[in-house]
Amino acid sequence: MNREPVILAFCCNWCSYAAADLAGISRLQYPGSIRIIRVMCSGMVHPEMVLHALNKGADGVIVVGCHLGECHYIKGNEMALARAEIIADTLEDLGIAAERFQLTWVSSSEPERLAEAFRAMSARLCALRAPATAEAADAAGEEA
Amino acid sequence: MPERTMIGAVLVVGGGISGMQAALDLADSGYFVYLVEKTGAIGGAMPQYNKVFPTNDCAMCIISPKLVECGRHPNIRIMTLSTVIDITGKAGNFTVRVLEHPRYVDPAKCIACGQCSSRCPRSVDDSFNIFMAKRKAIYIKYPQAVPLKYQIDPEACIRLQHPEKCGICAEICPPGAIDFTDLGREHDLRVGAVIMALGFQPFDPGKTRAWGYGLYPNVVTSLQFERFLSPGGPTGGVLARPSDRKPVQRIAFLQCVGSRDRNRCNNEYCSTVCCMYAIKEALTIKEAYPEVEVTIFYMDMRTPGKEFERYYERARTEYGVRFVRSRIHGVEPKGNKGDLRLHYINAHGKQVEETVDLVVLSVGLETPDAMVRLAEKIGIHMTPDRFASISAFMPVHTSQKGIFTCGAFNGPRDIPQSVIGGSAAAASVSALLNPVRHTQTRTLPPPPEQDVSRQEPRIGVFICHCGTNIAGVVDVEEVAAYAATLPQVAHVARNLFTCSQDTQDLMVQQISDKGLNRIVVAACTPRTHEPLFRKTLKSAGINEYLIEMANIRNQNAWVHGQEPETATAKAKDLVRMAVAKVRRQTARKPLRIPITPSVLVIGGGVAGMTAALNLAEQGYRIHLTEKTTQLGGNALHLYQTWNGEHVPRFLKELKEAVQQHPRIEVSYTSTVAAVSGHVGNFTTLIRTGSSRKRTIDHGAVIIATGAKRYIPEEFEYGKIPKVVASIEFDKLHMHNETRVANGKSFVFIQCVGSRTQERPYCSKSCCTHSIQSAIKLKKEAPSRQIYILYREIRTYGQRERIYNQAREMGIVFINYEQHGPPRIRRADSGVLVEVWDHVLHRPLEIRADMVILAAATLANPEAVALANMFKLPLSKDGFFQEAHAKLRPVEFHVDGVFVAGLAHYPKPLEESISQALAAAAKAGRLLARKEIALEPNIALVDPERCDDCALCIDVCPYRAIKLAEYRDSEGTLRTTVTVDRVLCKGCGICQGTCPKRGIDVAGFTTAQIEAQIDAALESPAPEGAI
Repeated sequence: MNREPVILAFCCNWCSYAAADLAGISRLQYPGSIRIIRVMCSGMVHPEMVLHALNKGADGVIVVGCHLGECHYIKGNEMALARAEIIADTLEDLGIAAERFQLTWVSSSEPERLAEAFRAMSARLCALRAPATAEAADAAGEEA
Repeated sequence: MPERTMIGAVLVVGGGISGMQAALDLADSGYFVYLVEKTGAIGGAMPQYNKVFPTNDCAMCIISPKLVECGRHPNIRIMTLSTVIDITGKAGNFTVRVLEHPRYVDPAKCIACGQCSSRCPRSVDDSFNIFMAKRKAIYIKYPQAVPLKYQIDPEACIRLQHPEKCGICAEICPPGAIDFTDLGREHDLRVGAVIMALGFQPFDPGKTRAWGYGLYPNVVTSLQFERFLSPGGPTGGVLARPSDRKPVQRIAFLQCVGSRDRNRCNNEYCSTVCCMYAIKEALTIKEAYPEVEVTIFYMDMRTPGKEFERYYERARTEYGVRFVRSRIHGVEPKGNKGDLRLHYINAHGKQVEETVDLVVLSVGLETPDAMVRLAEKIGIHMTPDRFASISAFMPVHTSQKGIFTCGAFNGPRDIPQSVIGGSAAAASVSALLNPVRHTQTRTLPPPPEQDVSRQEPRIGVFICHCGTNIAGVVDVEEVAAYAATLPQVAHVARNLFTCSQDTQDLMVQQISDKGLNRIVVAACTPRTHEPLFRKTLKSAGINEYLIEMANIRNQNAWVHGQEPETATAKAKDLVRMAVAKVRRQTARKPLRIPITPSVLVIGGGVAGMTAALNLAEQGYRIHLTEKTTQLGGNALHLYQTWNGEHVPRFLKELKEAVQQHPRIEVSYTSTVAAVSGHVGNFTTLIRTGSSRKRTIDHGAVIIATGAKRYIPEEFEYGKIPKVVASIEFDKLHMHNETRVANGKSFVFIQCVGSRTQERPYCSKSCCTHSIQSAIKLKKEAPSRQIYILYREIRTYGQRERIYNQAREMGIVFINYEQHGPPRIRRADSGVLVEVWDHVLHRPLEIRADMVILAAATLANPEAVALANMFKLPLSKDGFFQEAHAKLRPVEFHVDGVFVAGLAHYPKPLEESISQALAAAAKAGRLLARKEIALEPNIALVDPERCDDCALCIDVCPYRAIKLAEYRDSEGTLRTTVTVDRVLCKGCGICQGTCPKRGIDVAGFTTAQIEAQIDAALESPAPEGAI
């Protein structure tokens, strides 16, 4: 498996998606296998979506919200944080490496922080080098 | 003036960015606008630029939506090829005679098919490309021009010069739009006010032989160079030497050509923008050609604006642009191969010679003679530098009541200052003409919307090249071919600029021709451009929400610039994801609710008071909160403006006007404690004193919370009583305190706390401030020895005059570098200042009676709490971060909240006042709408899936979800979850919580997110398949 790990990034409209735009304006570079999905708030991301992405073959999922206390919707990122614990427990139960899911905070003026989070996660997943779930492995096997 | 004779229409002269902004703000505030432009299309100078500083945005991309908006606004009438001949009447009721020159093409008939131009036999030099490319005698000014109508250049046209010859265009024009008999016409326009946004012209360096311009082909102006770098320019964005088309190895930028020069031209002033645009051009080259050696020869690097200093640092340290402090007076040829030789004196005082391939002359800005004549005719006073003479206190008012000015005609300035000026002029007009608002405007009903809910999706995909921003990295043809294979994609198009007027027209056409009912635009970011495309969908008669953008520029081409294959593959994925999402998009209707017609202004300094007064004059109720016991803010410490106007008198009058205005209510010792609501209907809790609280309802907010001053920790401040900060010195000076009165020797130290590692920004007004104090000291007693120790003197614009005056008076300016700051120690009766003298190349010791520190301006630490309450971003330096540094300088991404003054960035008084007026214009424009359309991206309950578990109710931060009881058809009492449409903000926390997928935010439904995930992970071409 020489390809770069495919990472789905859920970015909130107000901070991290804006930071991703700014990363472009600042011409920061990060791995090309990251796919950003814009959501209004990190609190919008249902744990099922994270599991769904891993099942469908994503090597990792990162949810990026505003810094705690700076949520555009008062406490959406706190909800995301609470859910992240549930997601982590579920991943453990399913035998999925904890590295495959990450929650992080980036403000709209921190494109470097976002790019670095992307690079770091990609590097961590490179070290794992196996499909995230059995289902994903089956899917990959069928394709081959 | 009696209201019955006032006219609710406005003339804006000049279709550049400043005039366009004024026109848009006015047209949206209830006034009809005539936008008069002397050339064939609006846009001014900006469309000629490749990129803009300091964001490096592509100029065309950011101006395009504004061009389109002007072009399609029902209350803006664009009059091109038109000039103002005369203005008569008075404020409120002017008659303006406008001469419309013949276009020879009927704009009502021209479909811009371009057949005329392709068949026209006559080519001439193209002034849009500064004579480096050809255009035909029948032409459009630039491809994205608004209006997109051809015009004939009568000087070049064979038929117009020789009536019996040629005429091919008329023969082949499909709609028969060509009319060689066009004579032009005169119009008498009745308007209530006039805004002069007359703009500038670049200095012509061919006036002297010194720079070799016009003599040696490899000497070009910065504007020509801008065209070289532009993807739409004569070389398609490829850098090559004009003389032999060879690649360039060494480039020299010569600054201050036609600026700060009383010898070769009479332009004493600093043109303000050249340092930054030279850095921008240098950066652009270094990005594309890292091996090219780029040197900028300058006198002072003037980068005082927001984020400018970082930009300069980046150019120096990250990109290796070389900066040499030396003014170059001449360019000579070297050999006969086109090389050029430069002589200069380096920092060590040695004569140095250098050879370069290309010399770029950073030409200044000046007012065209014709504009000076027009101003004289109308009776507008001009400065000795030939700009409109304006008071710092009324920065958009001319000497003629009812006639306003903005943009570079008010003095050389950059795009944000011009945009701010345009809005400020609009605010001033709005205050004048408020009684006749909405009397001349019309509202066009939108075209009927077709119901597409039962139609099979027919998706149109529009892929933007964005000049070369996207197409230079991504293989757009491959992406387009791929998009066409996706299910339900009925149409794919590629466009040079998808946001330009012609593409909007094309999109409307194709939606109708191909029966499209969903649109994907693969371009830049929805955060800036989705509103434009929504309007296009609306005018095409389909619901404006049936669009999805694939961000293939900011989040693809720009972040994978070195990996074109990766970027192309990713672009395909992003398009596939957008198609998958838009397929599940449903029509939505915004909820319209009334706006509370009042404004909360936070901060009672000059910016806050100016905004409050203007909005009160516009007819709105104002709550002005001030945290101290008196109005005035930082201006209480100011004595005079740069051109010597008396601040305390102005401040007194402003305070009285604010305190006496019946529509302004001032709360002292008051701060904002809590905020709720949204644009149009905010509810804010104001705390007065330590206990009293009250709630205020308002439709908009202006943040003008000012700044703080830096308390120096260096230069023995606080330890030696003769070392003081500028503001303290002003007070001592004003009272002629003994230290000042008896002082014989004064040393000013600049950049104290500014432009440091910790605070890498310039505080903008300190150079001017110190020079003014120095001049005053010198005038009082010419025998005084006065020294200004500086890193760069930044008397930008017409302030240069006082710098020259100071030097002529014998004030000594000594340069120091950041790594070798002056050293201070106590002496018997004074202070000893030691500094390295760069002219004499030895340390210099100055005995000073007083040392004055030009201390930095710092962000107000209270901004953090306010930013948090209103959900606004702050910059790294702690100032409020506006929505867009260039074109949205007083707005935020959060609607209904605006910023002005020092809260935004350090600036002199007149810029604070301009910005306050601009913020008032935006707030006024919002309130003039009377009702607000709330984004319909709110949560909707799916009754099929919802089982009333009520988990969503607890997590909703806005208490928008309730459990309602109802009786079903059999009379049984049941409960159901309902969402309040006004309270819901569409965050989707409910959606992330619901265990049954029973609640979804429209536009971001679980089904849509799932479809995006599936599409992202479905590889178009498996590994190794290519």
